[in-house]
Amino acid sequence: MVKIAHIHMCGCTGCLISLADTYEQLLDILNKVELVYALTLVDEKTEIKEIDDKIIIERKIPDDIDIALVEGSVCLDDEHSLKEILEVREKSKIVVALGACAATGGVTRFCRGNQMSKPVHSSFVPIGEVIKVDLALPGCPPSTESIVKLIGAALNGDTVYLEPYAELANKTEVCGCDLLYKVVNKSLCMGCGTCAAACPTRAIEMLDGRPNVLKELCIKCGACSVQCPRIRFPKLIEEIE
Amino acid sequence: MDAFGKYKTVVSARATDKKILKKSQDGGIVSAAFIYGLENGLLDGVIVADNAGEFKAVPKVATTPEEVLEAAGTKYTVCPNISVLKSAVREYALEKVGIVGTPCQIRAVRKLMKYPVGFRHTDSKIALTIGIFCMENFPYMGLKTIVEEHCGVKMEDVVKMDIGKGKFWVYTKWGETKAIKLKETHPYEQIACHVCTDYTAELADISTGSVGSPDGWSTVFVRTIRGEEFFNKMVEDGYLEIKPIEEVKPGLGLVEKLALTKKEKNTKEIEHRKELGLPVPY
Repeated sequence: MVKIAHIHMCGCTGCLISLADTYEQLLDILNKVELVYALTLVDEKTEIKEIDDKIIIERKIPDDIDIALVEGSVCLDDEHSLKEILEVREKSKIVVALGACAATGGVTRFCRGNQMSKPVHSSFVPIGEVIKVDLALPGCPPSTESIVKLIGAALNGDTVYLEPYAELANKTEVCGCDLLYKVVNKSLCMGCGTCAAACPTRAIEMLDGRPNVLKELCIKCGACSVQCPRIRFPKLIEEIE
Repeated sequence: MDAFGKYKTVVSARATDKKILKKSQDGGIVSAAFIYGLENGLLDGVIVADNAGEFKAVPKVATTPEEVLEAAGTKYTVCPNISVLKSAVREYALEKVGIVGTPCQIRAVRKLMKYPVGFRHTDSKIALTIGIFCMENFPYMGLKTIVEEHCGVKMEDVVKMDIGKGKFWVYTKWGETKAIKLKETHPYEQIACHVCTDYTAELADISTGSVGSPDGWSTVFVRTIRGEEFFNKMVEDGYLEIKPIEEVKPGLGLVEKLALTKKEKNTKEIEHRKELGLPVPY
């Protein structure tokens, strides 16, 4: 059985909800894998220690994980956060940056709310800036279907399907700016509007058939950029039946 | 070079409903298919390009045959149809969505079906994609310049536009017809169209366009199992009349010629862009 773990760093649990939102497909996945670590979905291994008359209960990340789905960014001001992500890397064969916070920093870095964030945004980095990531699935949260397809492809060793996600693992910046710099400014945008539909914060409006990214709303989750057919169009999409 | 991509059958067809034919561009295939889908429960909403006045195209979610008819006819300008896909599923709560689009838009839909990163619970709601033949598109201001400066017709007076027989045609509400050589419109083309090698919407369930069929008819490629089921039912129920493509003029040869022209010309452009170090869609 393939051992899968969902590791929670600094995120909002939205990606976990997206994973759980697979309903009956989740059962299919769970039948094929061993979910060894995930908030609310499985019991966690805990270690109970007694130090200086205090009882410390710690969650323990299991050894020999095949696929670690990491949600959330790493908080540089938090020692545990750093330790944990390094431990995950050591214990896992494949590390997947699941969702925008893990892949790009997402709202933990780029939210434009009115509140003061503590720790400050600059304390949070995508996991790819601390450890080597194998696959990155941006989006806030990435859709249920994309998580299922990614896990399915990983189980089947379908590296062709996973290629775009492997490419994304090598960078920690994908966002609305890509549309402007790589597509609109290079005369590649033909105005399909997929970016606008993909945006979870409605930060993209279509003006005269071109995307206009409202920077006040963009959380740099990368959904628009990943979805754009002019940035990347894997050949296998052409296989229709 | 393969001109058409994968397909199961190709025929010449037109809608049987006179109401559709009166409003539609050619054979009324898209309108007939969407109206058929809505009336028979195969679709509960469709995404179309509506005319927002003076041939400004806006994407619209239509849920009734009347709305589909209102939006009938080609608009030769950019219309971001996919931008309303998620709202069709969320706000309109549609379970079976039909989408019409240009080849590039259909490619975008295929991509989001294969890699649905930002489309939660959406791809399973797409019930039918219809692609329309497309050589290139015009930004709205480009189209306006063609119509007003080159054809000498005010945009507000235009009732129909058409491309055929090497010309760009404009019909006014005063009954006038103006035409200019298609060559004159080339400078106003959307540059992004020059890296597209898909003429017949190769990834759609069904693709259609006027080229290859006589006036008032359309050429229809049925490409997927889903498209085939839908199309066959539609013909059986009498929404479309069809003729074998071999029996009509000018026939498939012309479609092939245009498709290959687009592929060859734009493959060259892609190579050229690569030489210059410019990005290309890959």
